[in-house]
Order: sequence, then structure tokens, then C-alpha cells
Amino acid sequence: MKEKIEEIKNKSIKEIKELIDLKQLEELRIKYLGKKGELTALLKGLKDVAESQRPIIGNLVNDVRNNLETLISEKETELKERELNKKLEQEKIDITIPGNKLKRGSIHPLNRIIEDMEDLFVSMGYDVVTGPELETDEFCFERLNLPKGHPARDMQDSFYITDEYLLRTQTSSVQARTMIANTEKTPIRMITCGKTYRREDDATHSHQFNQIEGLVIDKKDAHVSLADLKGTLEVFVKKIIGANLDLRFRPSYFPFTEPSYEVDVTCFKCGGKGCNLCKGTGWIEVLGSGIVHPNVLKVNGYDPDQYGGFAFGTGIDRLAMFRYGITDMRYLYTNDVRFLNQFDRKDEE
Amino acid sequence: MKLSLNFVKDYVDIPENVSLKDLAEDMTRVGNEYDSAEKLVNSTNLVIGEVLSCVNHPDSDHLHLCKVNVGKEMLNIVCGAPNVREGLKVIVALNGAELPGGIVIKKSMIRGQESNGMLCALYEIGIEKKYLSEADKNGICELPKDAPIGEDPIKYLKLDDSFIDFELTANRGDLLSVLGMAYEISSIYDKKVTLPELKHSESGENIEKEFETIVETDNCSLFLTRKAKDVVIKESPDFIKNRLIASGIRPINNVVDISNYVMLELGQPLHFYDADNLGNKILVRMAEKNEKITTLDGIDRTLTEDDIVITDGKKPVGLAGVMGGLNTEVESTTKNVIIEAAIFDNVKIRKTSNKILRSEASNRFEKGLDPARTYMAIERACMLLEKYADAKIATGILKYDKTNNKEKEIKIEYQFINDVLGTNIPKEDILDVFRKLKFETKPEKDYVIVIVPTRRIDISIKEDLVEEVGRIYGVDKIVGKLPVVSMKMGSVDKTLRKIRHKMSNLGLNETLSYILMNDKEVKRFTCDEFEPLKLLDPITEDRNTLRYSMIPSLYKIYEYNKARENKDVCLFEIGKGFWNKNGTFGEDQKICVLMTGKYYNKIGYNEEINFYDIKGVTEELLDFLGYGNRYSFVMPKNIPQEFHPGQVAEISVNNDIVGIVGKIHPKVEENNVFVMEINLSKLLEKKVSKMKFKEISKFPVIKKDISVLVDKSISSQELETRIKKKAGKLLLDIKLFDVYEGKNIIDKNKRSLAYSLTFGDPAKTLNDDEINVILEKIIEDLAKSGIELRK
Repeated sequence: MKEKIEEIKNKSIKEIKELIDLKQLEELRIKYLGKKGELTALLKGLKDVAESQRPIIGNLVNDVRNNLETLISEKETELKERELNKKLEQEKIDITIPGNKLKRGSIHPLNRIIEDMEDLFVSMGYDVVTGPELETDEFCFERLNLPKGHPARDMQDSFYITDEYLLRTQTSSVQARTMIANTEKTPIRMITCGKTYRREDDATHSHQFNQIEGLVIDKKDAHVSLADLKGTLEVFVKKIIGANLDLRFRPSYFPFTEPSYEVDVTCFKCGGKGCNLCKGTGWIEVLGSGIVHPNVLKVNGYDPDQYGGFAFGTGIDRLAMFRYGITDMRYLYTNDVRFLNQFDRKDEE
Repeated sequence: MKLSLNFVKDYVDIPENVSLKDLAEDMTRVGNEYDSAEKLVNSTNLVIGEVLSCVNHPDSDHLHLCKVNVGKEMLNIVCGAPNVREGLKVIVALNGAELPGGIVIKKSMIRGQESNGMLCALYEIGIEKKYLSEADKNGICELPKDAPIGEDPIKYLKLDDSFIDFELTANRGDLLSVLGMAYEISSIYDKKVTLPELKHSESGENIEKEFETIVETDNCSLFLTRKAKDVVIKESPDFIKNRLIASGIRPINNVVDISNYVMLELGQPLHFYDADNLGNKILVRMAEKNEKITTLDGIDRTLTEDDIVITDGKKPVGLAGVMGGLNTEVESTTKNVIIEAAIFDNVKIRKTSNKILRSEASNRFEKGLDPARTYMAIERACMLLEKYADAKIATGILKYDKTNNKEKEIKIEYQFINDVLGTNIPKEDILDVFRKLKFETKPEKDYVIVIVPTRRIDISIKEDLVEEVGRIYGVDKIVGKLPVVSMKMGSVDKTLRKIRHKMSNLGLNETLSYILMNDKEVKRFTCDEFEPLKLLDPITEDRNTLRYSMIPSLYKIYEYNKARENKDVCLFEIGKGFWNKNGTFGEDQKICVLMTGKYYNKIGYNEEINFYDIKGVTEELLDFLGYGNRYSFVMPKNIPQEFHPGQVAEISVNNDIVGIVGKIHPKVEENNVFVMEINLSKLLEKKVSKMKFKEISKFPVIKKDISVLVDKSISSQELETRIKKKAGKLLLDIKLFDVYEGKNIIDKNKRSLAYSLTFGDPAKTLNDDEINVILEKIIEDLAKSGIELRK
């Protein structure tokens, strides 16, 4: 009996070592531990063993059985691991093949810069307002100290629909609208961005373009001054156009402000050394600005003796061209998808 | 305004150390931008030479071989000019000379003959042909016999001038004169201004006796008349000619040149009439309707009641402020001249000149004139005519003067100036600015009364004086700061921005299109009723109307990309559409989408965009904006003819049509192109409920699939509605997950639709039996319409 047990033990251990898959392992388990297995048969045969020997033999068989079960379990784990590894090996893919993506969209460079400008001014307590593009002569000109026949209207040759209605030539129309709408005549801090239209079309002028306009009005005792305008535009230029650009305020003339200033910044292209873009001056004109003209305050319901402030405005198209290095203004309006697709990521901070 | 440096130096000293560029930049800093600052003649290495011999080139029918004495040496020069000849004094460009257009003169062989330089025409050294006489346009410059050999011809010809081309602001009419510029320059460098010499003699009978001036219109406020007799018409002296050229005006003859010279000098346009052709009377009035005049340029003009005319009492002899009449033109035979110095209404002149011709004169009238200068100008003209045209000035002057030629007095507080500028400029420095500007002042403790000279017509209120202080004191010296105002939150409506980002995230490229289009395009892709808004004066007919729908704009962009073989074009734009409904004008914010090509960027997936893709984008947008469950897509009553009639839907929110989506008709577009437009102004008016958390049911849901065979005429939406109605409130969700039509369905009029239904009860766990009862009800209901389950 003992020999028989020993034989089964040795045989099964040998067989386990040799088998290579889970199926063979299961067969082995059945062969030894199944209902009709060899070890099971030995246990069943215990009744024929002498009673005194029975516990000894019984223990012996159980030890072999336990040992075998452990071995089978260990072998099972080993085989499962091996099979999984095999499967994983088979499932290996070419990770260099491109991922599955939706089509990628983009945001037009002009709106990118508009959003940045809006965020900047909102952070300084300005309200972002809007106004109509189909405007009346009254709001576009007359309420901005530009009566009919004023020579400065020549600078803004316009698209009229009727004698009274035109496509706005400047976002300044929103200044007048904001002042009129503010019936309480409380202080104003606003900007507006949007499309504007002038009757000219050439290599450097598009008949449709975009402007930003800002207006600050406060009580005289708040002393909103040219120095404040300078400081505000310094922030604007450095945040929106370029941190290392210098500004130059140059006295100029606009009917809606007095005094009026044009603001030049260091030439984007040559950095101030002088080139064809800046006509050798090292400066590029970017903004128009000034102290709100008393007539503009008066005609829009603010008493110029009690209120004062500043206004500024600029074309956005050129700023967008500079920021992204766009070489031709026409790219902004032809909407070639090879152009648009380039604006499909977030701007650097 | 082109300012000749030699000219302005007559009236103001420019410091030695200030270069041309410095002057231009300093002027810019006080508000006068310039376009260019250059020497009049930009050539180097030129000398005066004499042609000692001139023979024909052996191998050419037009070239000449010249021996030229340039003082230090004798040069062999090949010259092709027709007027080159022995004994001629010429301008020689020596080897190494640089001429305009990047030309460098080098020793060279011309058809086998050595040439050591070039004999120059004036246009070759940099004087534009338009300023030159016929002789100078066609040949080399012929210098006078006594021109000194070996010397600099530019100095000799008094062409050693420079000019700055200023781009002046509309308010500074005073700077359209050399004298005005002299004042401006003097204020920068703190220099004196010398006034021009006006003295001349008078002789003979007083003009009053033989001539009469009548003004019959309010549009002429000042009219001065004088007479110059026995003028000798000839070429102007070099300094006059060269200063005119440097200022951009072509010299003609001494008399005409003097009128231009005085205009440049003092800013007051003059007009000279041939006195013998004019007669003895001038009458200024408004033109009659359709009155005719032939102007100096020989063109017949028809006038309106808005034009001011100068007449001889009967017929027009000049178009006031714009151009003289041909019948009284100063010609080479002219003996006696009537001089007009006048001020006309600037708006009227502007209108007339816009119609006829914008000239140096009209430009000055438009910007406004100083009456003091008018008086100065007529005397200056007389002085110059006497000196350079041998004229005898008739005694007396005829004056019609309705101007209020009083100097303005403006009272301004020092504190006001500092408040506006945000500065602390001391009183003394403020007064110093006015002194530099040559403004008289009456200073008091807290304020100063400034007497503004009449030349500064741009200054009328105290803010104008603030600007003067700012610019002369120096804007650079003002330190920028941020406003100290009460704290306040900024605000911005980010709805459109969020839509923009949503659409971009859905894979669409944002575009920016023109709102102007052709009037034939404006009614496309819509059945809405409106009047197109047409421009009164378009630049081109291609862009003569404001758009209503944005679809034509995006379709144009698609066509542009198609022509460049750009595939997979998926676009959106947020913009305005404009309308005229019964005379009321308005504009709506719209969003437009166009999709074609491939949408998914997946290897091996090549399906083209179809109706459901653009519909999906539309639903994404509406869901994003909070209109989930409130919209539907309905068959339009009227289908715009540019849409595929079987693949188009109106977008309805709260049973109100807000937009359209569909495929472009194959007759319009051969490719599969889909477009969508929503009127955002209309859509966003519809209130959206607050985003609010809904309790998640603790009880499990039961999912059931149901697949039915239905007639193709029944829409999925109809079916869904019926199922929902029968299912009651236990049905939480219904989703279409399969549509099949094909060979496994025998009846070709039918298709199979499969829905996944989710049931749940927030209060308890449902059991299968309850749901099966509901399913039975649904099936029973569908069966009534012959809709059966698909097995």
C-alpha cells in the first residue's frame, strides 16, 4: 500500500512538471483526484486496510492528496499566467498609428484677440457692451461732434443705405449709445468690439474691419486725466500687443476728443530700428485716443462741467496680424481652411 | 503739405544741430506726422562741365563721343542726348556717382568706346519730369554759359533744398502755409518768426475809379481786389521755381508762379484774372441751376445752386475757390492782372471741389482761412509782381469784408490744465508754452487769459489750449497711471463666446465673412419676406447689398476652398443678418454652419457627412444652450429652392421656427454640402430654466428593446411620440438605436426601427411583469395602425 502511495506521488509530481496547458492539468486532476481518480480509489480502498494501519495510511494518502492539490493549484496559476502573457503578446499593437479623433475646430484669430481684450478690460472693471452695425448718422457722427459737412467725415467715407442709415464707420457710435442709454448719468467704464465698415478697399484697407473702443467717464472729482489714459493704454499695449513694446503719444486730431492723441508703439517688425513697415521711423501707429470733447459730453446728456473722461479706439485686424505673424490682411477674410486650421489650439499664456 | 526747408528758413531759424530727420521727428512729436523727409536732389558726385568736342559715335546712329572738361581733368563720355553739342555747359555725373533708382555710374565701354561718366538730364538727377519744361523733359540739362566749371551744379542751380512731406490733421489748416510751419517750428525750438516783406509802391489812378466788386452771397465773407499793370510774363527766378518744385507744384510763368508761391507761403489761395478779358467788374454770387462755365482745364462744367461763382456781372469767369475760368486765364500775352484774395464758405467749397477737382487751393479753403492772411497775401503778391514781373501796382484796394477778425480771448485755470493732463506743471512753465507759441497772455494768480492769434482757427475752447500745453510741454513727460476711481465689477455677456467655443469643440472652423454681397445672392437659401438693404453708393456691384441670411456667405467660403481642393470643410460663423421690413431696419445675430466631406478622423472610416451629422451638431448646440426637449425638426411649409427638398428641416423651439438645416440642392451644388442657420436673437430670447440637480433614483431601471416594422411615411418622431404617450411616466428614456431598410424586409415601403426603452420608478423597484403589461399596451396601440413587431 505504502509503495503504491509513493508511486502515485512520484508519478503525479513528474506528470505535473511535464504538462503544458490547463486542459492537461484538468485531466491530471481528474486522473488522480476525480471521483474515479487514483488517489480517490486509494481512499476508497482504505476499508480493506488493517484497522491499526488505517489512520497511518489514511494520513499518508491525505498528505499526498493535499500536496497534489497544492501542486495543481500552483501549476494552474503558473499556466494561467503563461496563457495571459501569451494573449498579451498576441494583443500587442502598433502604438504609432494615429489615434481616433473628431475633426478639430478652430477659433478665428480676430475673435481670439477680442476675447483677450474683453477679459483684460473686464478685469479692470469695464463693462463690455455692444451696438448695432447698421447705425444712424446721428449716433455715428452727429452725437460725436461730427456735424454734416464736417471735413473729418471725409476720413471716413461711408456706406449709406438711406440719407439717415449707414453701416457704422467706427465703434465710437457705441460711445454715444452708452451715454444716452445711461439715463442715471452714472460713471461709465466700457469697451465695445465689433465690425466696422468704410468705403475703401485696397491692399491695406478692407471695406470691413474690426475695432475696439473704450470710454471712461467719471465725476470731475475723480480726476480722470490724460495720465490715466496713458497708463490704461500702456496696460493694453503690453498685455495685448507685446510686453516689451514702448509707447509714444503723439498729439493728433479727432472731432470727439480734445486733446487728442495717436499712440505709436515700437515697430513690430524691426523693433524700432526702422524698416519698410514703419517707413523707417521705428514706430507703428496703433491707437487713437483723447480726452472726451465737451461737446460730445453735452450732446449725450453729461454736463461737461461736472463730468470728464477719456476714450480710445483701434483697429483689431492689424493687432491680430501682428500677434500671429499673418503676412496679408486678406487671409483674415478669405477663410481658407488651411489658414483657419492653424488656429486650433490654446494661445500661450 | 510738402514743406521746402529753404523756404521756411526765410522765416525761422532752425538750430544748426537739428538734421532734416530730427526736424521731421520733432514736428511729429508735437502732432504733425510726416510721410517722408528727403533731399530735393539725392544724387552724388555731380560737377559742372563743358563739352569741348562732340562727334558721332562710329557704331551708332544716335550716340555721341564727347570730351568734357570738368576742371580737374578731361573726360571721354559717350552721350545719347539729342541736344548734346560742343560748347555746352552740362551736369556731369562722375564715376562713382549715385543717381536715383539705384544707378551707380562706372567706367564702361559703350559699343567699343570708353565712357567715364554721364551727362545728365534734370530728371536723371531726381527732379520729376512733371515739373520740367519740354526741353528739359527731352534732353540733358543746358546750364547757362557762365556756369563755373568744376563746381557743384546742385548748389549752382539752387536745388540744394530738402523737403518734408507732412500728413497734417484736418484741424490744422494754419499749417498749410510756410509761415504757419515757421510758427510751429519756432515753438519747438523757441525761436523768433520773421514776417515776409509786403512793401510795394503804388501808382496811377485808384482802382476804385475803374473797377467794382460786388458780393451777393453770404458764402463769401471776404473779397479783396487789387490791380497789377504792365506785367512782363517770363520765367520765374530759380528760387521761386525750385521752391515750387520742392513743394510739389509745377512752375509755369512768373505771374502764375507768384500766385502759387504766395499761397504756399501764407496759406491764402489767390486768383489772377487777365484784366483786359475780365472787364471792370466782379460780381460774386451763387450759380444758377445748370449755369455753364469752361474752366481753365478746358472742360465745360454745369453748375448747381450750391456752387459759388465769380462773374463779370454777366457770365461766370471763375468757380470760386476751385478753379478759374478759361475766358480770363493769365496767358503769355497778358498785360494787366486783377488779383483776387477772398474767403469762401468751406462747406460749399468742399462740395464743389468734390464734384470738380480737389486742388491745393480748395484744400486750403476747406480747412478755413485767417482773414489777416488774406490781407497779407494780396500785398505780398503785389510786392512779388512788382519785383519779379515788373508790374506797376495800381493805387488802392477794393475791400468787401464781413469777417469778424477779432482775436479770441480764452480764460483758463492752471489747475484745469493740470487736471486734464494729470500733471503738476508749474504756472511759469504753462506761461512759457504760450510764449513759445507766440500767444499773448494776461496771467493772473489762478488763471490766465490767452489771446489766440487769428491764424489758429483751430483753437476755440479751453480744451484746445490744454492740448497746446500738452504737446509743447511734451506728452512724453506725462507719466502714465491707472485711474483712481471707485471699485466696480466689470461685466460681459459670454453667451456668444461660449457658443463659439462649443462649435469649435465640435470640430468646426470659425470663419469671418463680409456682410456685403450682390443683391441677387441676398434672397438665396431663405423664403422669409423682407426687402434687401441696398447701398446707395457701393464700391462694386459684387458687394452692393447687406446680407440677410449668412448661408450665402458660408457657401461662398466653401466654393473658395473647393476651388483650392480643400476637402472636409466644416465651418461656422456668428454674425449679423440685416433686414428691412416695411421700412423698419434691423439686424439679427445669427449662427451659420456648413459641413461637407469627412467629419470623423478615424483610420479606415470613410463615411461622408450626411444630414444627421449636421442635425447632430444642431442638437448639440441647442442642448448646450439649455433647450433640450424643447426643440423639434419639422418639414418646412415653403422650401427655399436652394435646398434638397427631401433633406431639409426647419428648427423649431417652443413651436417657433428659429432656423433651417438641410442639404444644398444638387442643382446648386454637385457635392454633398449641408448647411444650418439659426437666428440667435430669436432663439436666445426664449428663457432657459436654471441648471439644477435632479435626485438620482435609488431603484434599478429596467431596459427593454422593441423593434417594429413601419411604413416609411411614418417618421421616427411620430412613432416615438406614440410610444411615449402609451408608456406613461414610468418611461424614463427612449432611444432609437437602429434603422434598417433593405433586402431582409420584403415590403419595400417599410423599414425597421429599433428603440431602447428605459423604465424606472423613483419610489420603488419595478418588476418585469409591470413593464411587460406596458409593452403589451404599446404593441397593441401600434398594431391598430398596422405597425407590427419585427421578429
